Amino acid sequence: MALALQQLINGLTLGAVYGLIAIGYTMVYGIIGMINFAHGDIYMVSAFIAVTAFTLLAAAGITSVPLALAVVLFVSVLFTSVYGWAVERTAYRPLRGSTRLAPLISAIGMSIFLQNMVQLTQGARVKPIPPVLVGGFDIFEADGFTVHLSYSQVLIIVVTVLLMSGFTWMISRTSFGRQQRACEQDMTMTGLLGIHVDRIISLTFMLGATLAAVAGVLVTVYYGVVDFYIGFVAGIKAFTAAVLGGIGSMPGAMLGGVLIGLIEAFWAAYLSPEYKDVATFSILILVLMFRPSGLLGRPEVEKV
Amino acid sequence: MRKNFLLAGFSLLALAVPAAYADHLVAIAGPMTGQYASAGDQIRKGAELAIAEINAKGGVLGQKLKLEVGDDACDPKQAVSVANAMVNKKIVFMHGHWCSSSTIPASDVYNEAMIPMATVSTNPQVTERGLKNVFRIMGRDDQQGIVAGTYLADTFKAKKIAVVDDKSAYGKGLADEIAKAMQGKGVKPALRESITAGEKDYSGLVSKLKSAGVEVMAYGGYHTEVALILRQAQQAGLKLTIMGGDTLTNSELVTAAGAAADNVLFTFSPDPRKNPAAAPIVKKFRDAKIEPEGYVMYAYAAMQLFAQAAEQAKSTKYADLEKAMRGGSFDTVIGKLSFDAKGDNKLPGFMVYQWKGGKYDYVAK
Repeated sequence: MALALQQLINGLTLGAVYGLIAIGYTMVYGIIGMINFAHGDIYMVSAFIAVTAFTLLAAAGITSVPLALAVVLFVSVLFTSVYGWAVERTAYRPLRGSTRLAPLISAIGMSIFLQNMVQLTQGARVKPIPPVLVGGFDIFEADGFTVHLSYSQVLIIVVTVLLMSGFTWMISRTSFGRQQRACEQDMTMTGLLGIHVDRIISLTFMLGATLAAVAGVLVTVYYGVVDFYIGFVAGIKAFTAAVLGGIGSMPGAMLGGVLIGLIEAFWAAYLSPEYKDVATFSILILVLMFRPSGLLGRPEVEKV
Repeated sequence: MRKNFLLAGFSLLALAVPAAYADHLVAIAGPMTGQYASAGDQIRKGAELAIAEINAKGGVLGQKLKLEVGDDACDPKQAVSVANAMVNKKIVFMHGHWCSSSTIPASDVYNEAMIPMATVSTNPQVTERGLKNVFRIMGRDDQQGIVAGTYLADTFKAKKIAVVDDKSAYGKGLADEIAKAMQGKGVKPALRESITAGEKDYSGLVSKLKSAGVEVMAYGGYHTEVALILRQAQQAGLKLTIMGGDTLTNSELVTAAGAAADNVLFTFSPDPRKNPAAAPIVKKFRDAKIEPEGYVMYAYAAMQLFAQAAEQAKSTKYADLEKAMRGGSFDTVIGKLSFDAKGDNKLPGFMVYQWKGGKYDYVAK
């Protein structure tokens, strides 16, 4: 019982991070119908920016944890959204209107480019930061097992919930949200109605990058090490989360992320950590067999 | 008939030629240049001082020792040509080579020419090929698991011990050896798990350890995962002691794991400077402005091994030396050397170290 609760906490934390990254995939897919394979590497870049910022702050003698976190979050979001914008502007926009395959290949190229750039400029070795947020609460104890909730887990869950509520509000209530949803439904018509479609697409990429940046900072605080390759694994998992939840659907991406986090956590604790990826992807295949458009996705209706 | 006659003639001729050298020619070989040149330099310094000391005491069997130095730059091809050159010089003993990848091909050349050799290369294959002339004065890569497993079984008998690996050739091999050694001592691992290296989240493993009441974890793998597991164990309120292999000497572990790294134990080659019997020699080196670190003391010990084996055998002929080395026991600066049938020495090849406050040292008994 206590172990289950502990793994529920661990799984939710992990799932929150996957979900944050998954939203970047799902949003871009929703609006331009392509899979942005460079998104995982945008997340990796944000983690490196966070490590650099933490190191600089420590060198500047700033020891207040909330202040450092706020500054790092701001810096990372700022620079990462610039990356998101630049990737879209250079690698995808020139290819808009060409075959469906061209931007996909371009995205894979961008992913390799970002990975290699970071590897060459930052080195291939792991970059550690000293523990930032240490400690936590003991929730309750049963059969000699203490359920522990660490401060960084609280941080991850709280930030994710806040961000998700803000995001839902923005998409459903603001004028940007309306424009974004309009683009999703019919880009040509939206353009004819006087909305700057390219600008909306750019903003969508920047928003995706923002969420990835938050995920990057949270992961840096939680795990304490980054390397140039983390984008690949995280990207694949988040992409899976997006597909599981129904690609194109934002609540679906979050649900998919949380589900994958929970599956991994419970499988690792009750069965074998060795086979947890096998379990995750088997469940993905099962879900897709019975619901090809994912848990919350709507099948695409071909408009005539 | 004619062939035999010729052969006999040549051997007569050979007997007629007086020995070209009055001294015993002993040799060292290793990377004297290239990126590992610092190791070659250590070997040369150790051997030079040892030979000076032995000669000052009257040499071996009444004759002085003379040193030949070969440079293989850790290149297997160059190692073979160095070996051939040494054979032509008629050396009676070789200390080298240094890189396992050089030692292995060179040892075949020495074996054919019947020259005994003592090496510090650690790859198991150095002594696993049945060559009678090869002796190893350092530990083997695959001894680590035995040392670690025995230590765990003896020290943490009352605690639950998990054995975990990262599925890599090195990690799984080490973890299997540790588990085997523990079971040999009658301690059964409480858990046997594998993880995937390169991931970031090991909270599942940590919870599993915690619910099984595990306090000690033996790990086969690299320092990156150890740092992550330690951090996540600390966050989960689990005080975990981790025992690993020589990869955990990496100081990145301390940066990433913070204070939790104080609970990390690992096995690594012994530091011969800490051998109390070697204290006078250590002082002699320091007086000569040489720090006896790394391979210096091993080179010194190799020369002592040759000198003592030759004295015991009363000969420097291969068959006599080989027999003396295999059967004898030798007092050297790295301890009492004796060899098994394969040519591996029987000293503990690895010691247990512990991280403490960002530095590592032998674990407190």
